[in-house]
Amino acid sequence: MIEKKYHSIVIGGGAAGLSAAYEISKSGFSVALIEREESLGGILMQCIHNGFGLQEYKEELTGPEYAERAIAKMAGSGVEIITSTTVSDLIDENGTKTAHCYSAVHGALKLGADTIVLAMGCRERNRGNIGTAGTRPAGIFTAGSAQRLINIEGFIPGKRVVIIGSGDIGLIMARRMTWVGAKVLAVVEILPYASGLTRNITQCLNDFNIPLYTSHIVSRIYGHDRVEKVDITPLVDGAPQDEDTFSIECDTILLSVGLIPENELSCKIGVEINQDTKGPYVHSNYMTNVKGVFACGNVLHVHDIVDFVTEEARRCAVNVVDYLRRKILPTEFRIQPGANVIYLVPNHYVPGEEINLYLRTFIVKNNAQLIVETSDKVVLEKKLLHVRPSEMIKVRIGEKDLARLSADEFKDLKVSIV
Amino acid sequence: MKDPKKIICISCPIGCELTVGYENDQLSVSGNKCARGKSYGQEEYLEPKRIVTAVVKTNSATLTYIPIKTDQPLKKEYINDLLNHLYQLEVKVPITLNQCLLKNFNNTGVNIVFTRSLEA
Ligand SMILES: Cc1cc2nc3c(=O)[nH]c(=O)nc-3n(C[C@H](O)[C@H](O)[C@H](O)COP(=O)(O)OP(=O)(O)OC[C@H]3O[C@@H](n4cnc5c(N)ncnc54)[C@H](O)[C@@H]3O)c2cc1C
Ligand code: SF4
Repeated sequence: MIEKKYHSIVIGGGAAGLSAAYEISKSGFSVALIEREESLGGILMQCIHNGFGLQEYKEELTGPEYAERAIAKMAGSGVEIITSTTVSDLIDENGTKTAHCYSAVHGALKLGADTIVLAMGCRERNRGNIGTAGTRPAGIFTAGSAQRLINIEGFIPGKRVVIIGSGDIGLIMARRMTWVGAKVLAVVEILPYASGLTRNITQCLNDFNIPLYTSHIVSRIYGHDRVEKVDITPLVDGAPQDEDTFSIECDTILLSVGLIPENELSCKIGVEINQDTKGPYVHSNYMTNVKGVFACGNVLHVHDIVDFVTEEARRCAVNVVDYLRRKILPTEFRIQPGANVIYLVPNHYVPGEEINLYLRTFIVKNNAQLIVETSDKVVLEKKLLHVRPSEMIKVRIGEKDLARLSADEFKDLKVSIV
Repeated sequence: MKDPKKIICISCPIGCELTVGYENDQLSVSGNKCARGKSYGQEEYLEPKRIVTAVVKTNSATLTYIPIKTDQPLKKEYINDLLNHLYQLEVKVPITLNQCLLKNFNNTGVNIVFTRSLEA
């Protein structure tokens, strides 16, 4: 068994892992980047559509192009890249972390480190998570796995398609399926509005006259070996209107019903999960409850824009470096979600230091107001032109804003959107 | 002359609903909250274009399909021709990022470029 020790092990070679590994290594620390797949890039490699990188590179790139730029930076960075290798267990013993890995290429590996960066991305919710009635035939795919089949393996999953869920991945796949010759018959969304970007509604559905049924559910799936038909039922005030149910004959169902952070490995080393984000609970420095274990990217909370992933990972890496230099974590206060906020990350702040928050709201609204306050003082008020659940909100609470608080006024903050 | 059309502006997340059509021989846009909406509405009405992305077959043993894109938006009516053409190709490795696969497709001025590198 190969045994080796590093200052830091980064698990996952997607946008988050690439950015974190590069930044840590730039400060002179030894870093191993471990990736399960043969090549780096993560989910980006199957996202061949454009719309990545507007913030990071000021141009619109496709997923693979964005990944290739990040991978190019790795050459000569000193990061030891270990691909085709899966981390199967993580153990923390007196501060030293051990990653147990297996690999078709390297056999079993046991790698040690002072710090771990969790960057394993997320997984897709599947049929089990939405509980649709009916048979269990072949022909049901998550949208992301269909995307991988078509864009990497060149395999077309079906000819007549119904998509459940109107998130961006489902919408992008509606266009992709159409462009490879399939017929997309419907996109069915349980909410009263589409969750994807307007741009994707226009360019992925309207361009092809694909009907979008909002406030509808797929109530039953039929088929013996292969999907044959679905029932679609409208909802009024959340109640199914059975008498208005109609059927669509199809051979394929794509599920685009949300993503959840990949927590299996995190839990093995004792990382505590935040029920709001479904990812690890983190301090202001992106460290989890386990000392020396950090998290960033989709493993921490699901991002819709890769640029934010890269940026968050960079910020996480700066903190890993601080930790490696034995800087002690200063006193912190909590930041809590207030009115209409589903979750926010990170969950703590350090008095006087700039805070970079990522958050999501329950509401759809134009000209909304973001309010950051303590129990008795407003720290920051900001106008937000347009908010919706599917678009992550990013706010910077600068040192100037925090200067409104005197030393003894630093306490837990609450962030609301009204 | 074409009929007026309702178009949702996608130039920013607000998504104004534009009405675009001819008024006394002048192309007019209404419903827009800013100037970007006007130019978007005009172009989308007169000559809608899209960036097209797809994959083409390779002769590589490691990656059998490689992603490509149009280097600028292509007029919508050419999209199917392009896709049908691409699906018949098999390209040879090595390939570098941004390498040109097709130049000036159907005289539209649009080039098709690879969006991933692939070693031989
Ligand atoms: C289908 C889809 C479409 C998207 N479209 C857009 C878009 O149009 N524009 C945009 O800006 N953003 C988009 N995003 C968002 C953005 O691309 C992602 O949020 C971002 O790329 C995620 O990066 P990541 O590094 O956190 O995760 P990933 O890219 O998922 O990387 C995680 C990596 O960890 C590896 N891994 C997991 N477990 C282990 C293990 N145990 N051992 C070793 N390796 C492991 C995985 O193989 C993977 O490579 C999209 C996301 C998805 C899922
Ligand atoms: S018209 Fe202006 S404000 Fe309205 S959606 Fe377009 S860019 Fe946004």
